[in-house]
Amino acid sequence: MSIELKNVTYTYSPGTAYEIHALKDICLTIPDGQFIGVIGHTGSGKSTLIQHLNALIRPTSGSVLYNGEDVWAENYNRKDLRSQVGLVFQYPEHQLFESDVLSDVCFGPMNQGLSREEAEKEAEKALRQVGFKEKNFHKSPFELSGGQKKRVAIAGVLAMNPRILILDEPTAGLDPKGRDEILDQIAELHSVRGITIILVSHSMEDVAKYVERLIVVNRGEIAFDDTPKEVFSHYRELEAMGLAAPQITYIMHALKEKGLNVDPGATTVPEACEDILRALREAGSPLLKGGPAK
Amino acid sequence: MGIIKTVKVAFDYFKYDEDGNVQETQRAVDNVNIDIPEGSFVAVLGHNGSGKSTFAKHINALLLPTEGTVWIDGMDTLKEPELWKIRQKAGMVFQNPDNQIIGTVVEEDVGFGPENMGIPTDDIWKRVDESLEKTGMTAYRHHSPNKLSGGQKQRVAIAGVMAMRPKCIVLDEPTAMLDPNGRKEVLEAVRQLNREEKVTVVLITHYMEEVIHADHVYVMDEGHVVMEGTPREIFSQVETLKKYRLDVPQVTLLAWELKKSGVDIPEGILTTEELVNALCQ
Repeated sequence: MSIELKNVTYTYSPGTAYEIHALKDICLTIPDGQFIGVIGHTGSGKSTLIQHLNALIRPTSGSVLYNGEDVWAENYNRKDLRSQVGLVFQYPEHQLFESDVLSDVCFGPMNQGLSREEAEKEAEKALRQVGFKEKNFHKSPFELSGGQKKRVAIAGVLAMNPRILILDEPTAGLDPKGRDEILDQIAELHSVRGITIILVSHSMEDVAKYVERLIVVNRGEIAFDDTPKEVFSHYRELEAMGLAAPQITYIMHALKEKGLNVDPGATTVPEACEDILRALREAGSPLLKGGPAK
Repeated sequence: MGIIKTVKVAFDYFKYDEDGNVQETQRAVDNVNIDIPEGSFVAVLGHNGSGKSTFAKHINALLLPTEGTVWIDGMDTLKEPELWKIRQKAGMVFQNPDNQIIGTVVEEDVGFGPENMGIPTDDIWKRVDESLEKTGMTAYRHHSPNKLSGGQKQRVAIAGVMAMRPKCIVLDEPTAMLDPNGRKEVLEAVRQLNREEKVTVVLITHYMEEVIHADHVYVMDEGHVVMEGTPREIFSQVETLKKYRLDVPQVTLLAWELKKSGVDIPEGILTTEELVNALCQ
């Protein structure tokens, strides 16, 4: 199970004065089971890129392979592909339309040919997996808070049992706790269901915390494709692309410059905390005296 | 009295049944008493559903209090003849730039507000020039807004509000949809307006790092103001903030974790520089 992009180029409005090369000769393999982050500034081409992954748009040139098969071949079942590669758009709450939550989540599986009863089973399972409370199953989606709506929208895609789940900024506008809850649940789906997760995000802190592989899109090309730690070590180049590193990266570099022997590669708070404590101990820092010995 | 003053403000949302009878009421804002001095930079934090947006809409009389009183520059929002004057004093910028831009060209969009106020044409252009200058968008004045980046669109929205020459500007999560660069651009534009034009700023946000330069921070929960103080006072209380579903900037969290592990550093560190100085004396 894998998605492969081979020399994919996509041009908006080809042959006109407004011609824009949104993607240029992209080669990319997404094997099964990875937790991948995609970052890039507005207009970098990342949304165009993810829409290729479930054949929502057709490359101007190059090919998209799913399990080795060309998804744009004449007899290829793209409808089936789209139920295996689920896409949750930015502002997923705008995707809700039914009169109650459960019916909304049933829409996908019923379209796949399940009866209402079978669909409800899948829907209930999906809603539970995103941490949505049963007492709200029959509420109107429009009565819910932002975080709850996002959960329902994610459940709607999840109920179709996708192998791959793509989320375009699922946490925009959520409070910090809501953001952590949704991302924790996505991480759990990844580990429990084993599905591939592709997370598009503007939060460097979030990708640093969750993903194992980070793809940076810039001007329609893949600028970096590596572990977050490796990618964020190029923070000066990321800044030139309109991005940044997590605040932690800047702290660690600043400490290193001032002579504290820390690992500038730390990208999360626990990593940084542990490493600074080690460096302070090694330096015999007076700041550690008086505190509880560790 | 400050530019924004509220006394015992409460607001109820009503849910109606099919016949138009009130089915339930929900109190979104409850007993809010604040007084914001002119020219200050104030931040409002709170989780989704805590009442902060509902409260913000009282500042330019988009919503009127169910109980209590809101005064904007001394004018009571419940007095109807004052309504338009109040809306010119207090401008608002929302989360999604695409929902608030209406012009097909940047400069026309910025001129929409003053045009509606009946300002003479020459003055409108003068205001458009000034507002674009203040938000750093002059170079884009002849562009189509939909070709701009998110950060640029938000700066156009801010310029549109500035062209009405408000005394106070309320921004409801203006950076939620933006990439890191866009966030930086918008925040810098807002801080500059506050510093140089002395515009009172009320910033609602979920990004804790955006709050550290504020003069005063309010934290809301279940419609109440539950914490208030300087950013340092607020962010020193990591556990209380977490209880309210909030967070602290990463550097503050790191400093707090280090302190818990026995490192002798001050409380409420807000910037990378402060932490580096504390650790590398």
